[in-house]
Amino acid sequence: MIEFHLDGRSGVATYVQIVQQVKEALRLGVLDVGDQLPTVREVVADLAINPNTVAKAYRELEREGLVVARQGRGTFIAGTLGTPSLEHHDALRRELERWLDEAERAGLDEESIRALISSTLREAYRRVA
Amino acid sequence: MMSPLATEELGKRFRRGWALRECTLTVPEQAIVGLAGPNGAGKSTLLELAVGMLAATEGSLSVLGRDPRRDPAALADVGYVPQGAPLYRSFSVAETLELARRTNARWDRELAHELLASLDSSRRVSALSAGERARLSLALAFGKRPALLLLDEPFAQLDPLAGRDFLRLLMDGVSETGSTVVIASHVVADIERVCDHIVLLSEGRVRLEGNVEELLASHLLLTGARRPLGTIRGVEEIVRERHSGRQSTLLVRTRGGVVDPTWSVDGIELEELLLAYMAPERLPRPVAPEPGRLRWHG
Repeated sequence: MIEFHLDGRSGVATYVQIVQQVKEALRLGVLDVGDQLPTVREVVADLAINPNTVAKAYRELEREGLVVARQGRGTFIAGTLGTPSLEHHDALRRELERWLDEAERAGLDEESIRALISSTLREAYRRVA
Repeated sequence: MMSPLATEELGKRFRRGWALRECTLTVPEQAIVGLAGPNGAGKSTLLELAVGMLAATEGSLSVLGRDPRRDPAALADVGYVPQGAPLYRSFSVAETLELARRTNARWDRELAHELLASLDSSRRVSALSAGERARLSLALAFGKRPALLLLDEPFAQLDPLAGRDFLRLLMDGVSETGSTVVIASHVVADIERVCDHIVLLSEGRVRLEGNVEELLASHLLLTGARRPLGTIRGVEEIVRERHSGRQSTLLVRTRGGVVDPTWSVDGIELEELLLAYMAPERLPRPVAPEPGRLRWHG
């Protein structure tokens, strides 16, 4: 069973964080079809968050076809995200490492690299978040 | 759909003056409402009006569709934990639960015991820690499976760890009962983790009310070079402006965002948003509420 965690300072809405964590677990193969997600009550008793927030995250996952809610039994994984992207991970990581080398050669230290990456990510995904 | 708690131009005057004035709000069903504002803002007065302990001086109030003064039966569905969570100190936990069972028309013994978890029922209330007393009060309130649960400064006597435990327990109970909850607190950090609706009171008036997500989405911080402020495209209102040296920082209300390369645009956190709406310079400007789902006051 997956356990959720929250980053209060990320600025990302709580329900989005839950959706992202389920998707990440699917991509990494931690969750598979048929696996059960924790009940709303389990999540709120663990994280001290609003049950409506958990319900909203689960509804969103259901809308995307990734989970199904079975009356009285819980919410179960119904779809996968893993295979198509996983096979590209290695190549993408190597490219990213090449880019990091290049940035270091250009004189950026770790802090400026992190700042550049996070501001680029923010810009690129502003409409999504 | 009927609102669990709705007020219309509600006001309460004490001998020393108005504690609450022109208060109009609608709490959505199953919301977790943060009733925020500094001490003396009128938060407790609003809750005491809602449970019929006080009579309104003007305006009207409806709790689960009924007037709590004329129709006290409505209060069977309302849980109320006043400030300091008063309990009988000489009672044991078991005796406290027995009293609650006998005095409530509806009593969910199983839920109350579940929420009390490991609390030893033979212990005296006077021997319990502040956190344990808060847990007991909350279990009592949930035992009647209230449609509406009102909590007045529940965190006041709790340390951060006990505060987090309390919040966990509260959310656990809510996921069982589906109660609408109003939590009065002058510390925004204590409630922002859970509340999806905000009512901000200051000096007896509603300063801001709305869905938290919508409020955060419709407010932005703009930082840029100091200049005469004309109209900025996308900005409906400048809520607060600050200038220092050559820089200006504006908190603005927007619909659909601000696209202007001369301003750097950031989101805002709930606490800062509420502080801005509480600012004294915003107080003396009474503005008629706008129609629509969100209402802006003052």
